[in-house]
Amino acid sequence: MIKLQNVEKVYRTSSIETLALNNINIDVKKGEFVSIMGPSGCGKSTLLNIIGLLDAPSKGQIEIDGSPVKRYTDKHLAELRNRKLGFIFQSFHLINDLSVIDNVEIPLLYRNSSAKERRELAQEALEKVGLSNRMKHFPKQLSGGQKQRVAIARAIVGKPEIILADEPTGNLDSAMGNEILGILQKLNTDGATIVMVTHDEAMAKKTDRLIRLFDGTQVS
Amino acid sequence: MLTNYIKIAWKVLLRHPFYTFITLFGITLTLTVLMVVTSFLDHLFGPHYPEVKRGRSLYIATVIQTDSASTTMSSGPASFDFLTKYAKSLKSAERVAIMSNFSFSNAYANGKRIKLNTKYTDVDFWSVADFEFLEGKPYDETNVRNADHVAVITDALREQYFGNDAAPVVGKTIDIENINFRVIGVVKGSPPTRLYTYSDVYFPYTAPKSNYQEKGMRGRFVAIVVAKSAAERKDVQAEFDSHVARIPKAEYSEDKRFNMLIVKADTYFDHFINMFTRSDKDRVALYGIVGLVLLMIMGLPAVNLVNVNVSRILERASEIGVRKAFGAPSKALLWQFIIENVFITFIGGAFALLLTLVVIHFINSSGWIAYADLTINLPVFAISILVCLVFGLLSGVLPAFRMSRLKIAEALKV
Ligand SMILES: Nc1ncnc2c1ncn2[C@@H]1O[C@H](COP(=O)(O)OP(=O)(O)O)[C@@H](O)[C@H]1O
Ligand SMILES: [Mg+2]
Repeated sequence: MIKLQNVEKVYRTSSIETLALNNINIDVKKGEFVSIMGPSGCGKSTLLNIIGLLDAPSKGQIEIDGSPVKRYTDKHLAELRNRKLGFIFQSFHLINDLSVIDNVEIPLLYRNSSAKERRELAQEALEKVGLSNRMKHFPKQLSGGQKQRVAIARAIVGKPEIILADEPTGNLDSAMGNEILGILQKLNTDGATIVMVTHDEAMAKKTDRLIRLFDGTQVS
Repeated sequence: MLTNYIKIAWKVLLRHPFYTFITLFGITLTLTVLMVVTSFLDHLFGPHYPEVKRGRSLYIATVIQTDSASTTMSSGPASFDFLTKYAKSLKSAERVAIMSNFSFSNAYANGKRIKLNTKYTDVDFWSVADFEFLEGKPYDETNVRNADHVAVITDALREQYFGNDAAPVVGKTIDIENINFRVIGVVKGSPPTRLYTYSDVYFPYTAPKSNYQEKGMRGRFVAIVVAKSAAERKDVQAEFDSHVARIPKAEYSEDKRFNMLIVKADTYFDHFINMFTRSDKDRVALYGIVGLVLLMIMGLPAVNLVNVNVSRILERASEIGVRKAFGAPSKALLWQFIIENVFITFIGGAFALLLTLVVIHFINSSGWIAYADLTINLPVFAISILVCLVFGLLSGVLPAFRMSRLKIAEALKV
């Protein structure tokens, strides 16, 4: 489902060059739940961003759903992100000015779907995360766990095959964290391919496979 | 999609009351100034009471005698004789009216002095200018031929001179400079900004002191020529030019002091501009100054808008990152910010419309210009919105373009 070959990422600023990723080779199968672990600053987010087409690698090949990403044009990448990928972030990144349901609808705004369709799909997604009673609320009125559930609803509303989560429980206490992991596991059982960055050894153990990074290099 | 954008725009406005206030204040002020100015220009130049035929009229107001080196020059209104010979005789015109330039007189009512504007006109004046008669009627050719002492007065003068009891005043006499005139009609007055038709009292040109028999090129009269249509004014102008070209030099040279006679039948606007500018160079300078003033009026709020927009958009990096991560192409984001700006502009436009109505109402009722009739016409409003929209776009597109190019990973770091 996701395949990285010899991926390298170098950050260049005027004075320094950081080798954030060095010769990464990953193959995530369809329906797998993979976690990425490693110390802070080792390149986990960089890796996830590259998988998620939010950033381009300096070198190497990426394949999503069997087709290599060749053209890094704005329009093409936007389309791929919209159709194939759903993101969950550590700090939620909900738009505070929009209600819960409007936040969830965002991915659908960038495809051809009617307002009615969008509303129905968003309601469906919110039901899956158990928040259908908070649709008219605004992010500020929600707890951290609820915010992350809204973010999950947003990630799955477009029914993407791949879900990418960057420390989704990093800002939550363990009870809420477990709840979020439970939702992700359920999505995985329903067929989603998931790649999750985490700090938490216990959580990583509950996933199918673990990729360890150290200083930009894959160690397992 | 659109409602989503507008919801966001609305929320962003509410979230930053201070920025919103500054932005809207700028837009509103700009639009209001623009609308009031345009409304005033329309008041000055547009076809309004009683000169509603201005759109197909030409004005002959100035006769210039000069020599080819422009060392001596003499200019002013025309003589009655000149206009009778060369304007009245225009075959391509529908009608030609001759009227005196403004002049002043005094009337005495119950020992009280009333200062008056007076005007001497021919009979055609009453068909060229569409005055509304509240009482009586205009003077006719018989009155003119007999040099009757008759006068048409305005409603304002009627009130001043006869008091405001409702009894009709037609047939009563009015004493102006110790001559008794019989009031033959009362018209609704017009604003003094309609220079050639405004007066308090109108006499037939044969009435005393009109000096209509003076010979020579120049005198105290002007003519309004009404063409059959706006387009046919060209023909009238050509015919008038040919009339003027045929005037023998001896008639205007005044002992060889002058060898050129310049007199034009111009549209009201051209005639107005020509009062201030003699050459094309002057005209360019005039338009330059007007353009600069406009630029100042529009430019300052626009720069302010750019500033507000930049700071507002920078705060929204996370939103931009999220939208891109979920599949928004840069173009969609560009549109989003453009639509937001347009939306804000329209809110400003709505405020400006209200404010302009208030200002115009104030001008109309302040007595600053008697009989002022400023209006907001829709073209004026549409032009104003359009100009502000252009500025809204310019000020919004630049920052939006920069932000829509933002690297997603960077935008989401916050
Ligand atoms: N935009 C950037 N410019 C320069 N260096 C960066 C940038 N983003 C990340 N880095 C560097 O790349 C390395 C990996 O960062 P990151 O992937 O965020 O680590 P992690 O998510 O594992 O904590 C770090 O050393 C970080 O300083
Ligand atoms: Mg990280």
